[in-house]
Amino acid sequence: MPFIPHTEQEIAEMLEAIGIEDTDALFEEIPPHLRTAGLEGVPPGLTEMEVSRLMHKRAAQNKDAVCFIGAGAYEHHIPAAVWQLATRGEYYTAYTPYQAEASQGTLQLTYEYQSMITALTDMDVSNASLYDGASALAEAILMAVRGNRKSKTRRILLPRNVHPAYRRTAETIVGGQNIELVEVDYDRASGTVQLDALQQAAGDDITAVVIQQPSFFGTLEDVDAITDWAHERNALMISITNPLSIAVLKPPGQWGSKGADIACGDGQPLGAPLSCGGPYYGFLCCAQALVRQMPGRIVGRTTDVDGREGFVLTLQAREQHIRRSKATSNICTNQGLVVTASTIHMAILGPRGLENTAAACHANTRRLVEQLTGIDGVRRAFSSAEFHESVLLLDRPVNQVLESLAANNILGGYDLGADYPELGNALLVCATELRTEDEIAAYRGALQEALDVKTLQKEIA
Amino acid sequence: MLIYEHSRPGRNGAPQAPASKADLSDIPSGLLRKDSAALPEVSELQAVRHYTRLSKKNFAIDTHFYPLGSCTMKYNPRACNSLAMLPGFLSRHPLAPDRYSQGFLACMCELQNMLCEAMGMAAFSLAPMAGAQGEFAGIKMIAAYHSANNDDARREILVPDAAHGTNPATATMCGFSVKEIPTLDNGDVDFEALQQAVGPQTAGLMLTNPSTLGVFERQIEKIAAIVHEAGGLLYYDGANLNAILGKIRPGDMGFDVIHTNLHKTFSTPHGGGGPGSGAVGVAERLKPYLPLPIVAEAGGQFSCLDEQDAPQSIGRLSAFMGNAGVLLRAYIYMRLLGKSGMERVAEFATLNANYMMAEAKRRGFQLAIPDRRASHEFIITLKKEASELHVTAMDFAKRLLDLGYHAPTTYFPLLVPECLLIEPTESEAKEVLDGFMDALEQIREEAANSPELVTTAPHTLPVKRLDEVGAARNLDLAWKPEKAD
Amino acid sequence: MSEIPSELKYTKSHEWVRDENDGSVSIGITDHAQELLGDLVFVELPEVGSEMSAEDAVCVVESVKAASDVYMPVSGEVIEINDALADTPETINDSPYDDGWLIRVKLSNPDELDELMDADAYEAEIAEE
Repeated sequence: MPFIPHTEQEIAEMLEAIGIEDTDALFEEIPPHLRTAGLEGVPPGLTEMEVSRLMHKRAAQNKDAVCFIGAGAYEHHIPAAVWQLATRGEYYTAYTPYQAEASQGTLQLTYEYQSMITALTDMDVSNASLYDGASALAEAILMAVRGNRKSKTRRILLPRNVHPAYRRTAETIVGGQNIELVEVDYDRASGTVQLDALQQAAGDDITAVVIQQPSFFGTLEDVDAITDWAHERNALMISITNPLSIAVLKPPGQWGSKGADIACGDGQPLGAPLSCGGPYYGFLCCAQALVRQMPGRIVGRTTDVDGREGFVLTLQAREQHIRRSKATSNICTNQGLVVTASTIHMAILGPRGLENTAAACHANTRRLVEQLTGIDGVRRAFSSAEFHESVLLLDRPVNQVLESLAANNILGGYDLGADYPELGNALLVCATELRTEDEIAAYRGALQEALDVKTLQKEIA
Repeated sequence: MLIYEHSRPGRNGAPQAPASKADLSDIPSGLLRKDSAALPEVSELQAVRHYTRLSKKNFAIDTHFYPLGSCTMKYNPRACNSLAMLPGFLSRHPLAPDRYSQGFLACMCELQNMLCEAMGMAAFSLAPMAGAQGEFAGIKMIAAYHSANNDDARREILVPDAAHGTNPATATMCGFSVKEIPTLDNGDVDFEALQQAVGPQTAGLMLTNPSTLGVFERQIEKIAAIVHEAGGLLYYDGANLNAILGKIRPGDMGFDVIHTNLHKTFSTPHGGGGPGSGAVGVAERLKPYLPLPIVAEAGGQFSCLDEQDAPQSIGRLSAFMGNAGVLLRAYIYMRLLGKSGMERVAEFATLNANYMMAEAKRRGFQLAIPDRRASHEFIITLKKEASELHVTAMDFAKRLLDLGYHAPTTYFPLLVPECLLIEPTESEAKEVLDGFMDALEQIREEAANSPELVTTAPHTLPVKRLDEVGAARNLDLAWKPEKAD
Repeated sequence: MSEIPSELKYTKSHEWVRDENDGSVSIGITDHAQELLGDLVFVELPEVGSEMSAEDAVCVVESVKAASDVYMPVSGEVIEINDALADTPETINDSPYDDGWLIRVKLSNPDELDELMDADAYEAEIAEE
């Protein structure tokens, strides 16, 4: 019987101590007619060898291909030490650090995480993580509504070039709480948000403005001007950033003259493998003035009775287990293990490692775009500066092109057709530091083939 | 020492990043960072040594008995980790086309099906990333259901006063008002109070069974009937599923929507605070509202349903597939257990809890609910010891740490003063349980004869009692370069 | 044994009220309340000028183990708040009735004072807890 250590002898002793004949008696309070006969639909148990064989087979069924997809999840090199350390039993099987004295490992590591992420974002404080970037945006919006006393309307400006899945998630989570998410369109030529579009949507009173930098398209926004504009209107500035990109791009804490008020995003690029979509983690940082509005766990440094340095969960009074219906959020479990890995990742790479990686991503994407736009029928969609990702317009339907590329073992990018039909045949591409010159050349060759007139004619015939 | 204290400017020649910084001159200089971020500069050895040493300051299931009530700290099988991290899963991009992800999607689909079977529900979504998100999805679905039936007067959610804090917090997040129903001393919900409370304003009732007091809600059928009659729906908080897995199914008890905690019942790792998974299951009438994505199968091919396939869905809760790696671990665990393994989880979890409860009674401890069977957990109240010996449950908890045991839950449930909520799980051997009870007796003796040992515990850990008040008054939440000595 | 000054008025939710005899009152939380809460770490005060009704939640007092709402005993406009509590919330623990006052309110309906409990009634109230 897997993972249950009891011997027959022990079971007998325990039953005797309880004063019952068999274990059935333990369930006598359950109405008998409600008892399940058995879980018929669950297959019989497998041995470790059998399940291993099964999982190897399943893993092999996921096609292995060279990845040029970004769109919110990025393939980076993760140092071997990161997950070896993160999956140590002491981290992997520890619980939430409620008994602080017995959890100084996790607590100190989390404090170091908070220190590193605030350094990267150049913000005052951070929490210990939320579920992912999308839900972090939702929490940032709720935080802005709670924290902005000067605004009454609960209206949030949310540009269309913010990640579509983030916007949909925010709608799901904040809907029903009397908050209006106001859509602001992007400028078609530059792929960025313009001040006059924001101005028009703002009306008399807005609570917060959300800007993603780089945008979902990879384009670079004028973050200083927009941040100052938001602050002039007594609105809070919420930033969404790729935390790797801000190793080289201006961090939210330095946007405009006062910096962003709330910074969020997904920590995946810092040490979390793609892993079919998760687990990743959402980071949430804010200005000191908003710290009590911040949801989730927060670790603070303090001392013990002997004056020794130690770490505890703090500001718990805002959390669900104390405040209950008036809590800042219902969040409990967060993404502890992924944060553990991410902290180790940041420590091993250091500022220079992260900078060089981020710059390499930018350079590789630039090279990819140069190579691909050299093909007839491929051009850049937007005129503005870009970082790490780019939107290309094609002369053929994107899904057909992607099929063709996949047949050559290339995952070419993300089809924007469903979310941005106005762009036509638009493909979001990304080349991280892992993509080699050979791989980029192979992509170019395969794309050329996919767009070839001959191939097109063949299909029409 | 913080990692920062090992840092020296210029240290770190990590071979895990490109050796030089590529040209960024095509980016407007006003958008570039001027100074490097204040991250530590350490060698790889220093990082490895630092984080290895830190790990040793933790208690964990792998090192200590961890009877945290309501948390289900059972063994996390290693095979679940290594197989979930096979390269074929690890390197798959979430937006890779479904037809190139059939292996992963097959696992997800089967996981949905096994959960339906084990819980007695019609359909499952694996999207929620923790119990709290699962609760949120559940209550949102209830709201969507009533809205679709033009039943907008239903603005109230009923919650027992013994409920976990996430329950009322979630209801508020979904725009409902909360009404608390009292619990009787025998652990059952006050049925009469419930009768008074239900009406046309009732959207639903949130319940966990067994309850947070560690006992089975015996009147569950009557409760389900009365809520349904009033037009409300029944929500099940799955935190205590370990007590009933394979014995009784929430669907059969009459629940319309349930959330599971895969990181409790299905043994995915607690990771120092996540990642978890709050997969949510529904009865037939709530199927249209399930959060996305949901995995479907047609003719042997697996695919993810999206907004077009499920127009009434409450929507997305995350950018991608939720905590996919966690879902894989739960899947592997369920395949290892299989039918008979799953049917025995509750049996042995309950046996262990009832054995400890019998022992507690025999050794003279006071039980919160003495005359009933324990579920997979039970509560000792140290009210007597607190008033006679002037030691609190928290003091007992701290002293247990010295004796090599992680303390049980003490902050919850709020209804029982000075409580220890003890959940051994089915993973633990009899001698471990005996050792724990011995430790409790030892502490009680110490409390009588040398109370300071207990009231100032722990003594043998990396730190002694920490100044939590100071931490909250003088917030130090991040190391900053200017603050360094 | 909690201190319960006889010249003050009280509510069931553990607020005290001092009539300043100029149309305004000072409001705070009782000794009993601060004992229950434990060491206070933070106080959230309303904006000066806020118009509030009796029983509205007006402040939050936060300790390590709880964050409790403070409710208006009477209706009126908040005319002064105790700023010093931002740096030293523990003043409420040390001196709940004097230096630990929370807000001053201009009464909109002075009759409401008559509905509050006197010291004896409050003492009886907390004895039952």
